[in-house]
Amino acid sequence: MSVDSVFVHKMWNDHELSKMVKGGVPFPMLSDGGGKVGSVYGVYLEDAGVEARGRFLIDPDGIIQGFEVLTPPVGRNVNETIRQIQAFQYVRNSKGTEATPSGWRPGKPTLKPGPDLVGKVWEIWKTSMAGD
Amino acid sequence: MAEEIKAGCARPTGGPVGEKIAEQKGKSPEPLIREVKTMVTVGKKAPDFTAPAYQKGKFISVKLSEYLGKWVVLCFYPGDFTFV
Repeated sequence: MSVDSVFVHKMWNDHELSKMVKGGVPFPMLSDGGGKVGSVYGVYLEDAGVEARGRFLIDPDGIIQGFEVLTPPVGRNVNETIRQIQAFQYVRNSKGTEATPSGWRPGKPTLKPGPDLVGKVWEIWKTSMAGD
Repeated sequence: MAEEIKAGCARPTGGPVGEKIAEQKGKSPEPLIREVKTMVTVGKKAPDFTAPAYQKGKFISVKLSEYLGKWVVLCFYPGDFTFV
């Protein structure tokens, strides 16, 4: 979503993005003229008249589970977005019985919060697991 | 003379210059109560919206609440043809 019109979205997709992604952008490119939606989400930069790089993860119940907002010159990391979605989906499937520690990826150990885990995280989770 | 502007990652914008019209005419003062800017909160409902969109050759209308039951990644960015 950006403040550009759908006509500009079409030109950008058809003439540039389709050269990066075969078949063009598969998802809807949303238009937010005037930044009305961006203002509600807190990412509309009034002075510049554009929207910051805001990325929101919304679960199947319509609840915002996470967001990341960057100023224009720095791009996002799609792998991190996917990792977060996988983690939120895992936690949701566990019905809240499990949590994913820092650096978690599918296949890595999760945590089962409860009285027995208090003071014992150091036995399962090491700082070397915080990154990839 | 027109100055060349640097092409950055945000779209260049302009705006009115000189005296403000309201000041010249001495009316329409700034409203005393300004809208409080807010940011959405994690764990709370995502504000619903509709927005025109372009997808695979078609212009469509998208409503966020129509995606209930699915995971949604909603991305904002400064503008088409910006570089990042």
